[in-house]
Amino acid sequence: MNTVSQPIRVSNWQPQLFRIESIADEIPGVRTIHLANELERIPSFSPGQFNMLYIPGFGEAAISISSGVHEVPRLSHTFRAVGNVTRALSRLNEGEQIGVRGPFGNPWPIEMLLGKDVIIVAGGIGLAPLRPVIECLLKNRPKYGAIKLVYGAKSPRELLFQEQFSRWINGGLEMEVTVDRGTPQWQGHIGVVTEIIRPFGGDPKKTLLLTCGPEIMMRFVAREAIALGISPSHVFLSLERNMSCAMGMCGVCQFGPEFVCKDGPVFSFDRVKTLLRLEDI
Amino acid sequence: MYPTNQNNSMSPQVGDLVLIAKAELGTLVEAFVSRGYRVVLPRVADGAVIYDEASDIRQLPIGVLDEQEGGSYRLKCDSREGYFDYVVGPHSVKRYLFPPTETVLRADRVEGAWQFVTPDPEAQQTVVIGVRSCDLQAVAIQDRVFLEGHYVDSAYKARRDKLALVAVNCRRAGSTCFCHSMGPGPVVTQGFDLALTELEDAFAVDIGTNLGCDIIKSCRWIVIDDQQAEEVREVPTRLRERMEQGGRGFYDDDHTVVEDQGRKLETEGIRDLLVDNLDHAHWEEVAQRCLSCGNCTLVCPTCFCSSIEEVSDLSGEHVTRERSWGSCFNAEHSYMNSGTVRNSIRSRYRQWLVHKLATWIDQFDTSGCVGCGRCITWCPVGIDLTKEVAAIRGDQQ
Repeated sequence: MNTVSQPIRVSNWQPQLFRIESIADEIPGVRTIHLANELERIPSFSPGQFNMLYIPGFGEAAISISSGVHEVPRLSHTFRAVGNVTRALSRLNEGEQIGVRGPFGNPWPIEMLLGKDVIIVAGGIGLAPLRPVIECLLKNRPKYGAIKLVYGAKSPRELLFQEQFSRWINGGLEMEVTVDRGTPQWQGHIGVVTEIIRPFGGDPKKTLLLTCGPEIMMRFVAREAIALGISPSHVFLSLERNMSCAMGMCGVCQFGPEFVCKDGPVFSFDRVKTLLRLEDI
Repeated sequence: MYPTNQNNSMSPQVGDLVLIAKAELGTLVEAFVSRGYRVVLPRVADGAVIYDEASDIRQLPIGVLDEQEGGSYRLKCDSREGYFDYVVGPHSVKRYLFPPTETVLRADRVEGAWQFVTPDPEAQQTVVIGVRSCDLQAVAIQDRVFLEGHYVDSAYKARRDKLALVAVNCRRAGSTCFCHSMGPGPVVTQGFDLALTELEDAFAVDIGTNLGCDIIKSCRWIVIDDQQAEEVREVPTRLRERMEQGGRGFYDDDHTVVEDQGRKLETEGIRDLLVDNLDHAHWEEVAQRCLSCGNCTLVCPTCFCSSIEEVSDLSGEHVTRERSWGSCFNAEHSYMNSGTVRNSIRSRYRQWLVHKLATWIDQFDTSGCVGCGRCITWCPVGIDLTKEVAAIRGDQQ
């Protein structure tokens, strides 16, 4: 298991104040807010980590960081307005303030990817926490083998970050895209992501797979990856649970023995595969 | 006559065992008060022995016994007039370290801009008197959660640093007690400033810390001889033996031990037993009885889950974030935007029990159960975790 050595920290319920610098409407119901800190002191983070975004009176929501680590001091969060806090977040305007606590959580195993082939499988808004990995790999492109993004969404208009696709491809990322329901204009693949995960040539033991999306998708992606010969310890997924303190003290994100907030959200598949088979855990 | 501190140059040391007269317990309490401590003592309220702030030992439930069973708690009088012969009530030390509600943040909008303030925990020097072996173990377990992980809960730490504990070696066990299964209980072994063992006409006092030593120096203490010391040690160890044989009541009750008066929990291989049986049919059987009320989690001295509530004034410009004890028996506990993860009572009871007895070991390298039996007593339908585990274990054999 990839673990990041984190220093022991004093629990901190105190958010830092950030200003919404700009807002980008992405796909229906999903927007990205770009944040800036008055003090220009943005805590460094690793791809896959999340922040607790706070609106007084509404509460906090755990939202992954969707900007690249090199973009600091700008910090971006991409979210779907579905809950109390995310709906309130989506009503805020540029220039308004929110609180930010973080970063929290176990990130994607960036160091393990060095010299390896990497398949990234995203479903829907699950691309958001994977975007920092894509940016990181492309920034240091020669350090990695083949890199491929397999991306699935409900429909063509629900493909997130479409304006980045050509830049990513030009930067050395292979892309396979699929949708559940096509449109008359859609000429790409229709179906689920597992149908278009194809291995790279050569030894599958050299391949790592990172996935984020609906839990059921990730279960089938992991099964497919193992069928292709990728080691279960080389398959990483980012889980979602309710989070409140993000420090492993409030207990609400427990998933069997794991605290998703601090042991995850990124887990290797072999660590959580038994739990993923159970209902209501 | 034994020499007393008035006429003896000897001074008690940490690790010593001394005697004080029963009336000296008042002096002991005053010694804490004079050092600025808030004193928490057991007292009877609403038909139960609870912890409450007081500086007068006259509120102690002297001569009170508790009869506990699954879903039942009753007080009665006892001719022994013991100071601490009741066992554990619904309260534990938890409420003084991890309060039932606490403000973790204040947010105020001043001239259009938010200001965030973490309130001072206002930790007060506090001594809790009458803490049993099970509850000392519970404090050590919560220390691992709040102090010994990646993050330190600073408010908990501020209170922990100012907490003194005067423990009691139980000389009587209730029928829901099973501390002998979960650790050294009822023998008090560590984590105390002072530890009392009640004798016929005196308290034997173990001195655990320098603070405890200072307090004892304020009392009229008497040196103890070896034979007496041995008798003192026998009080909790004989009670433990009695519990191991299935008996309950006083350590020195002369009637023969009746087997199956009390509970026990077989802990051998319990982590794998529960983790390997998450699909066992027995969870559904318990779910038929469980009301999902959360009483067990509220009386448990180690349950640490909490929830946060936003409390706002009408203007929305002054907000506090209030942390309260949570419970895995509530639907909100596992709520996500995509739905509630644990929708059934089966899954909630399973979460509670498997966490308490099994996955707690993965997380904190210790069981989350100390065998205090509170969850059995205060369950309105008398669900007994020792029996539920035995049912699952019985099936494996």
